[in-house]
Amino acid sequence: MKNKAKYLAYPYIVWMAIFIVIPLLLVLIYSLTAGNVNDPSSLSFSVESYTRVFDVMYLKVIWKSFKLAIISTVFCLVLGYPVALIISNVKAKYKSILLMFFLVPIWMNFLLRTYAWMAILSPNGFLNRVLSLLGLPTLSIMPGQTAVVLGMIYNFLPFMVLPIYTSLSKINRNVLEAAMDLGANNFITFLKVILPLTVPGIISGITMVFMPAVSTFVISQLLGGGKELLIGNLIEQQFTVQRDWHFGSALSIILMIMILISMAVMSKVDTDNGNGGAPTW
Amino acid sequence: MKRISVLFLSFLLIVTSLIVLPGCNKDRVVLNVFNWGQYINPDLLTKFEKETGIKVNLELFETNEHMLAKLEAGGTAYDVVFPSDYVIEEMIQKDMLYKIDFNNIPNFKYIGDRFKNLNYDPTNEYSVPYFWGTLGIIYNSEMVDEEVDSWDILWDEKYAGKILMLDSMRDTIGVALKRLGYSVNETDPSKLEEAKNLLIQQRPLINGYYVDEITDMMINGDAALALNWSGAAMDIYWEGAEHIKFAVPEEGANLWFDCMVIPKTSRHKAEAEKFINFMLDPENAYLNSEYVGYASPVTSVFERLMEENPEIADMDAYNPSEEVLDKCEVFIDLGDKRPLYNQIWTEIKVE
Amino acid sequence: MVKFLKRFYLCLIFIFLYAPILVLIVYSFNESKSRGHWGGFTLKWYGELFRDRDIIKALYYTFLVALLSSIISTIIGTFSAIGIHNMGLFGKNFALNINYLPVLNPDIVTGVALMTLFISVNMRLGFLTMLISHTVFNIPYVILSVLPKLKQMNKHMTEAALDLGATPAYALRKVVIPEIMPGVITGALIAFTLSIDDFVISFFNTGSGVTNLSILVYSMAKRGVKPSINALTTLMLITVVILLLLINKRTTKGDELLP
Repeated sequence: MKNKAKYLAYPYIVWMAIFIVIPLLLVLIYSLTAGNVNDPSSLSFSVESYTRVFDVMYLKVIWKSFKLAIISTVFCLVLGYPVALIISNVKAKYKSILLMFFLVPIWMNFLLRTYAWMAILSPNGFLNRVLSLLGLPTLSIMPGQTAVVLGMIYNFLPFMVLPIYTSLSKINRNVLEAAMDLGANNFITFLKVILPLTVPGIISGITMVFMPAVSTFVISQLLGGGKELLIGNLIEQQFTVQRDWHFGSALSIILMIMILISMAVMSKVDTDNGNGGAPTW
Repeated sequence: MKRISVLFLSFLLIVTSLIVLPGCNKDRVVLNVFNWGQYINPDLLTKFEKETGIKVNLELFETNEHMLAKLEAGGTAYDVVFPSDYVIEEMIQKDMLYKIDFNNIPNFKYIGDRFKNLNYDPTNEYSVPYFWGTLGIIYNSEMVDEEVDSWDILWDEKYAGKILMLDSMRDTIGVALKRLGYSVNETDPSKLEEAKNLLIQQRPLINGYYVDEITDMMINGDAALALNWSGAAMDIYWEGAEHIKFAVPEEGANLWFDCMVIPKTSRHKAEAEKFINFMLDPENAYLNSEYVGYASPVTSVFERLMEENPEIADMDAYNPSEEVLDKCEVFIDLGDKRPLYNQIWTEIKVE
Repeated sequence: MVKFLKRFYLCLIFIFLYAPILVLIVYSFNESKSRGHWGGFTLKWYGELFRDRDIIKALYYTFLVALLSSIISTIIGTFSAIGIHNMGLFGKNFALNINYLPVLNPDIVTGVALMTLFISVNMRLGFLTMLISHTVFNIPYVILSVLPKLKQMNKHMTEAALDLGATPAYALRKVVIPEIMPGVITGALIAFTLSIDDFVISFFNTGSGVTNLSILVYSMAKRGVKPSINALTTLMLITVVILLLLINKRTTKGDELLP
């Protein structure tokens, strides 16, 4: 069985070579060449795309993407952990209903949710209408960095809550009781027992928020008014407007490397519990 | 084992039929049209389908640069595209267009002479005029009580947060150049640097860089001033928002022509020419101009709209005066200076 | 007191999550197109929704691609997971690491890379390219769901079945697959959800008039939204809630269905 079964995977290995490895290789090749993309014979080796990235202007973009992504991730963590905690402590019969209602927004289309946020934050949108009805000054949040961060938090909060919740629900009640028996109050129990046990969930949550946040272009495009360019927007621009595939590829490779480094750093913090390297859901 | 193979085969059948189904009407010709947003009357497409049996697939782009990038990337098969003047120059240079067989476009005779043989297509073999207009400032007269006659107003701190600029490289950079008294086709790096700095200065004052969002935002009152094309102002006017006006500043602006071309990716050249001819028919061009709001190069249509709505004859957004036209420049292709503009535009957007 | 604070906080979060959606729902009944004024109650946008060719076409493609790609990726993914599970250590790690690249990579990189591939072989961007792209990022998630189940499975069961005279194919069908079925179903659901919601990868890899809901909403968000989209949001919400209620009824543990 063992010998034969492994052949089941071979077609997929071919598939992976074609659709995962080769595309990335192509991007790598484009990033390391210059010349007309449509005319392969005109391509010549060059690292100029990479050296361009080290221009202050682009480094600022990368820094901004990281900054906003980190802010959103921190907010998601701070806001989301209590939610996971509360839901996990709720009576069993309410737990699944609460969780279900928490999941509903995720199942609604991501673009629709971002657009909904636009409807609220825009100068004549819902928020400002309510504020002016109440006689309060209107806010001009959108478009701008605040709106982008809000959009990120809004879209990614459930992805922080879920892994933490899963971690929490795996904690054996007996452990908590033991801690209590040994004289720990609620706060110490939380700090010394619960928190450490949920580290895998936290790491998972951070990954699932930070990664899409740092590479998004939709949220920054729709909520940033074309003024807040993040890495994702830069890459998108290179391919859709600027027609500079070499530079776009270089940016993509750099983004990819940065993400891989961040994930490697995070997995150092977390000890793998045998899931085959897969993020714990 | 047999059951598995039966299941597997039937699954394969279902999958193949589902994949093939969408492409089933292969015998029926489908024309792929690539156009600006809100730039063609959808009823005309239905009318064309009814009259000729040719189905039309409409895809939209935001700016010339988006359109070019898509075309150059490959993997597309557009039959009719609607680029602007300077882009047509580039496309001809790069041999991206078919020469149009004007025997198939008898309605070309309805186009006014001033739109033929313009400098971007001197022999007029590759393009057919579609709409034309100017670039200027759309403003809300209830929010702006002063005279709008200079580009300076877009840098006025009084309107901070209520200014919209175009997410279109040539247009926005062109405005800065005009404000400084230079040509919109300037290639001197130091002058472009000045324009760049001007636009970077402007950034904190503007709401954002947009294209199609502008008409909605102006109607909703989200902004007081917007850089936009003349026809958009007409579109807003036809929607009933009479307090929204248009002006071409004294420093001058840009005069543009959008045309229909047939890219070499097209597989249905004859049908594409049929489509172009259809759009030039005076009745169809009238319906189009009425819906879209922009000014048609078909003389009879242009005048008919003015007869039916005399007030628009005085509006610069529709019928710019000689004075205005004198101050306007047409964009020309930048040739190898394009990367310079690209670089500056990126620096402005990224700041 | 603490209990009240907890409830209050939870309420706030829920309001935060639902407010935008609810606002859209309210607007879907608004007579006036403008986002500012309330023009009166109306159901006309719902009618408009069903008459709108663009929206119906987008929905059609969204569901078609999601369905097809989740079926295809589930089948390929399940068999590949079984294969990988039975590989030697070196092969297994190698295959898994490459497999997880689409999961680890930001979707813009995957999308752009796939587009580069399709364009360099002069393939026309359209339905097939979109389907392939979706399958590419779906399969890893299926494998991700099935592999743990395979690990948990008692390996002696298959050996026992073989000892008792079953052919490998029979053992596969009757022993392995039923054991891993929960993982397969979860994988299929994940694949379906990801497909329905996808924007970036589809954005770069489609053409010829093939579009999906996300791309449609994106172009509308830039071009001026048709009010029928608000009606669509309402209908979507109702559908999702009903679906989740149904799923909830059929499973005892709520966390079985975590996407």
